[in-house]
Amino acid sequence: MNELTSNELIGSKDGIDVVSGLPVYPLGHHEPRRADLDPKVAKRAERQVATMFGISALSIIGAITCYIVVPNDKLVYIPPIGPVNANHVTVGVLFGLGIFLIGTGAIHWAKKLMPDVEVTEERHTYTSSPEDKAAFGETFREGKQASGFSEFKLIRRTLLGAMALFPLPLLVFLRDLGPMPGTKLRETIWAKDIAIVTDATYRKIRPEDIPVGGLVNAVPANLLDVEEQDGNLNARGKASIILVRIAPAEIVSQQGEGWDYQGILAYSKICTHVGCPISLYQQRTHHLLCPCHQSTFDLADSGNVVFGPAARRMPQLPITVDADGYLVAQSDFHEPIGPSFWERG
Amino acid sequence: MSTVTPTNNTVAPGGAASWVDDRLHASGGLSKLLKKVFPDHWSFMLGEVALYSFIILLLSGTYLTLWFKPSMTEVIYNGSYMPLKGIKMSEAYASTLNISFDVRAGLLMRQIHHWAALFFLAAMSVHLMRVFFTGAFRKPREMNWVIGTVLLTLGILEGFAGYSLPDDLLSGTGLRIAEGIMQAIPLVGTYLAMFLFGGEFPGNDFISRLYSVHILLIPGILLALVTVHLIMVFYQKHTQFPGAGRTESNVVGFRLYPIYMAKAGGFFFIVFGVTTLISALVAINPIWLYGPYTPSQVTAGSQPDWYMGWLDGAVRIMPNLETNILGHTISWNLLVPALVIPGIMFTSLGLYPWIEAFASGDKREHNLLDRPRNAPTRTALGVMAISFYLMLWFSGDNDIIATAFHLSINQITQTLRIAIFVVPPIAYKVTKHFCLGLQRKDRELLLHGYESGEVLRLPHGEFIEIHKPVSLEEKAVLMGKADIAPLPAAPAIDANGVENPAARKEKARTRLSAWFYADNVAAPSAQELAEAESHAVHGSSHEEISAH
Repeated sequence: MNELTSNELIGSKDGIDVVSGLPVYPLGHHEPRRADLDPKVAKRAERQVATMFGISALSIIGAITCYIVVPNDKLVYIPPIGPVNANHVTVGVLFGLGIFLIGTGAIHWAKKLMPDVEVTEERHTYTSSPEDKAAFGETFREGKQASGFSEFKLIRRTLLGAMALFPLPLLVFLRDLGPMPGTKLRETIWAKDIAIVTDATYRKIRPEDIPVGGLVNAVPANLLDVEEQDGNLNARGKASIILVRIAPAEIVSQQGEGWDYQGILAYSKICTHVGCPISLYQQRTHHLLCPCHQSTFDLADSGNVVFGPAARRMPQLPITVDADGYLVAQSDFHEPIGPSFWERG
Repeated sequence: MSTVTPTNNTVAPGGAASWVDDRLHASGGLSKLLKKVFPDHWSFMLGEVALYSFIILLLSGTYLTLWFKPSMTEVIYNGSYMPLKGIKMSEAYASTLNISFDVRAGLLMRQIHHWAALFFLAAMSVHLMRVFFTGAFRKPREMNWVIGTVLLTLGILEGFAGYSLPDDLLSGTGLRIAEGIMQAIPLVGTYLAMFLFGGEFPGNDFISRLYSVHILLIPGILLALVTVHLIMVFYQKHTQFPGAGRTESNVVGFRLYPIYMAKAGGFFFIVFGVTTLISALVAINPIWLYGPYTPSQVTAGSQPDWYMGWLDGAVRIMPNLETNILGHTISWNLLVPALVIPGIMFTSLGLYPWIEAFASGDKREHNLLDRPRNAPTRTALGVMAISFYLMLWFSGDNDIIATAFHLSINQITQTLRIAIFVVPPIAYKVTKHFCLGLQRKDRELLLHGYESGEVLRLPHGEFIEIHKPVSLEEKAVLMGKADIAPLPAAPAIDANGVENPAARKEKARTRLSAWFYADNVAAPSAQELAEAESHAVHGSSHEEISAH
């Protein structure tokens, strides 16, 4: 394969670039600027630059003054932006202006008053001379020989072994970052006879509270206690459900016999795709749409996926009513809720 | 560059300069440094925007650390933002509200930090395109290209980590998605998620862990790599566009001191100033409107920051494939869009200089940039990649498009699932076509000059438009075109009549090379140019005209 070889020569010869073989054209002649010719124009440019720096200084002082003087709890109305915090906007605009004008001043100065004649600088070759390369190779070889790296096989092998092992503890020491998964992803705090309460207000729900076509966000009654005990929102991330009431005639199927209560169905609220909580419900079609990636589930048909990237149906929670007529769970979910994981099966 | 005291060749430096020199022997090197020449072009400022945004990020970020509390401990909010008073939330979110409402100029710094992050990634992306389309990544700058690729990747991660810290409803949703994707990784995913989050999602630990990654680990690596990136630009000298006086072995432009210091230094203040003005006037990420994070709520129309949109889009349009083998779940619907596709994208990006060098067999150094049209296949590949990225990006906006234009989300998604395969090849074809057309136009300009607009009526009544030769400056630009011929096929039988085993291996390479370079329109040779010139001289004379 005839490859173009690396260049060693640099520069141009007979109007041809030695490196690229391209023709070399002389640098175009320089047009003087008005400020180069007319001292008045130069003077004006000087004043312009000084004005920018001057206004900048005033703006910065203004920004500090506004920081102190303008109240931080007052809103001002700026069309078309709308109401904004007076302190924020005055300080920000003056500070920004102050900074901006230093920039424009410096560039104006450079463009109008500093020399604008382009200059040429030669590049150096990147590759070293063959002698240098050879000398480096020699130095390296000498060092290798002096250390006996290639000679002492045992040293070399044990060293490589030791070096391979020594970072491992750093990985192992990360073990206590978190607990083993165990069965955590398979369980929620739902269990037999746990009352279903509304999310946010934590009130028990009677079947007649939910009209046909209605949707209620709900959680287990023991959620607040568990959250208090755990000090985190983990239980909520798994146990959140939605209750929907569908006219029994319209229910095509559900995940278990008798899991509804008079057409009230309870489904996990956590999307089986990547775990966003779902709440966009279309009454007419019984479709539930995830706002994150638009996975769509048919709640009248076992919560099966009808569209989008989710691969699995929304798990259904079997429910019934207790002796006082409040909705309760029959049991925990019968399958893991939320996104898939390797061991899920 | 640090705090350099001006030295002067004719006047012996005194005071501080002398003090430094007495200790560091610096005058020689510094005077060379100050005289260093940089070429001028607007597109060379894109990298500068990225650098300055990074500096602004370090400054504003340090300011934010003084008030931000990276803790998921639940507190009751009691600050001055009335709508959230008395609400339970994490300390991270409460302290972000505190910065936004009770620390004067705190909101300004938050906005500057967020806007600068958006600009940082935008500037890096456009800078990458500039380097790609002009071939600035070619030898000897391949290492800097790889560093740039790593910088972009880390920049995206850093941005995501940053906007996840306030623990508002939007950012928490982003983390929930990230955790879901982690769980999808075969074999180790569940453990990885459990360990990183200190248990199940959301846990108590993640914000503080992410915080140390966001303010120490990634910025540390970024800073180190940015430094190396700049030193290499300095050491290897900047590339320049072809033009009069420009050759492979020189650099034409202005000296660092004083012109570039004034221009580049001034430009820093312009970038900082504009960022500050925008931050003062245009609210971004108003976390107080989103509310604190809770895993049971989400807002419709959730959108990540712009640079994550393509990834979210890939996850959105991926069909719902999942397989279950021997009790193990493989979520192709997450693995492919969130890990495989980004992996392929960034790997091929990083390797591109070697792919092209393999196709061209070109081992020369390149300090003169290509005009994009003069590398048609590269330019077409670049536009193809951009169109692929844009398709993913639009996919990330499918719900916004649906609501804004009252379209069906399902149809938009289906359309994009097809478009992702159809649009990029079309973009490739069209771009290549345009590039070749522009190359032909350039050749035409060189050989026949430009249409002057002057119309001449010939004696026999015919009208012709007079073509005039292009200026020397323009000629220098048009002729600065290093044509590469496709590699010749290796002979199947060597000199001794023995079958050449390398030939088969080389076949693919020859084919790749032909694909890259075969339809290139070559610049006129010196002879052609000379002939055209003499023709042009005669062209204006009378005999030539009457000969028509």
